[in-house]
Amino acid sequence: MKILVAVKRVADPNVKVRALADGSGVDLANVKMTMNPFDEIAVEEAVRLKEAGRANEIVVVSIGPEKSAETLRTALAMGADRGLLVRTEATVEPLAVAKILKAVAEAEKPDVIITGKQAIDDDANQTGQMLSALLGWGQGTFASKLVVGDKAIEVTREIDGGLQTVSLALPALVTADLRLNEPRYASLPNIMKAKKKPIDERTPADYGVAVEPRLTVVRVHEPATRKAGIKVGSVGELVERLRMEAGVL
Amino acid sequence: MTILVLAEHHDTQLDEATAKAVSAAGRMGGEIHVLVAGSGCRAAAEAAAGLAGVALVLLADAPSLSNRLAEPVAALVVGLASGYDAILAPSTTSGRNILPRVAALLDVMQISDVIAVDGPDLFQRPIYAGNVIQTVRSTDAKKVLTVRASSFPAASIAAAAAPIETVAIPEDPGRSTFVRSELSRSERPELAGARIVVSGGRALASAENFETVLAPLADTLGAAIGASRAAVDAGYVSNDLQVGQTGKIIAPDLYIACGISGAIQHLAGMKDSRVIVAINKDPDAPIFQVADYGLVADLFEAVPELHTAVAAEARA
Repeated sequence: MKILVAVKRVADPNVKVRALADGSGVDLANVKMTMNPFDEIAVEEAVRLKEAGRANEIVVVSIGPEKSAETLRTALAMGADRGLLVRTEATVEPLAVAKILKAVAEAEKPDVIITGKQAIDDDANQTGQMLSALLGWGQGTFASKLVVGDKAIEVTREIDGGLQTVSLALPALVTADLRLNEPRYASLPNIMKAKKKPIDERTPADYGVAVEPRLTVVRVHEPATRKAGIKVGSVGELVERLRMEAGVL
Repeated sequence: MTILVLAEHHDTQLDEATAKAVSAAGRMGGEIHVLVAGSGCRAAAEAAAGLAGVALVLLADAPSLSNRLAEPVAALVVGLASGYDAILAPSTTSGRNILPRVAALLDVMQISDVIAVDGPDLFQRPIYAGNVIQTVRSTDAKKVLTVRASSFPAASIAAAAAPIETVAIPEDPGRSTFVRSELSRSERPELAGARIVVSGGRALASAENFETVLAPLADTLGAAIGASRAAVDAGYVSNDLQVGQTGKIIAPDLYIACGISGAIQHLAGMKDSRVIVAINKDPDAPIFQVADYGLVADLFEAVPELHTAVAAEARA
């Protein structure tokens, strides 16, 4: 079985990203970048399937600037076999990402595609669902557990109110939620080995996909920040203030 | 402009997120239709027909739609799409699952998790865990969007019910089948719509403490229980109670954070609450920067004391 994993290079989730003063975008100068945490979970799951003998090849793909190759290198160090960078300096919206990934999937013919449920920069939560739609495949979004069979994959999904398990005919697409696994740190020998693994490079034009955005960003601003209130000295004072001042009790 | 709202419901009951999505649609201007897709879901359709601003309810009632799997529901919505200028769903897990599939099949770039409608094609949405708000204009002829329910008031009840029309159901694409669901059963209010939420963090230290320390306070207040990601990751509570960027985004009247440090990902899920109370023994915890009332105390002493005080008030 062949697995395709799509990963995105994003700002480190521990960084508080700020809007540019002119409202044209966000300030990413000198911000530490990393692999989208949900995509890390996707890579980990693919590697575990390979280690369990369920998969024999893991191809990892990223769409973005030259430095996205670093993100691919991280995935290779975790255990993916080869990388594909679809290089573009443009901001690529999820719909265009899905179109590029569709073309990649048609060339690579994976049995399963795994990606993170959302990227923590644009928080769109769309790419997996869109890719699955364009391929005409079934989708198992927000996955917390996978059971891979020969013809189908059982995906347990995190939904409002609990869990839902669906069975998807292969080939199928899965998006990873937080509890699917805990990603490993790549070991130094594996980081060294990853340097020798191949990364192929293409452009969106190679796949005939136009990446012109459909959404025009009119303004980017920071929401009004909530001001810190007061510290109360006791539970008694808290109850009194909640009742008399805030009127919520 | 005609807008189709995909209803969130549990077949026999309409979820309040639908009423909120209807009011978001109302801000775009135009005629609003609601699609209720499910199995044995006429009761939900009748409830939707009673919402103010709804002109027509489309009822798609079939066994193939019983668990609202993405593939058959998306096929249904795409089949109806030609009659609409905009398609909208609340950004529940169901809406987030189905709508991007619809958008891709219509070749539309979806706008996710809209928190404000500034015009028929102008929307605000949070990025970077809500640290930044983006205002976007859609150039697609048809708009597809999910809306954050907690950012919009619920549509009120109409004086007269809208008509309900049955729609034909396309063939199930057959790529997926439902296996089972395990839904948390709770007598407490649902986290998403609760007026008061009592939330616990890793400092609770065990699943038992959620039940013995937090639950009595929550039950006396008629509150829902929430949790930080750290508490969920530690296995103290199920993931559907997670409040934050990747969990539920809520805006109750009162949010009581107990032993939660206040990582930005958690704040993203609750900072729009009307009143925030933080109880934490670390005076430097970031949660105090957003709390209206902060109490620096050990939660294992303060929460039971708060429970006793609230229970005494309730009796008085």
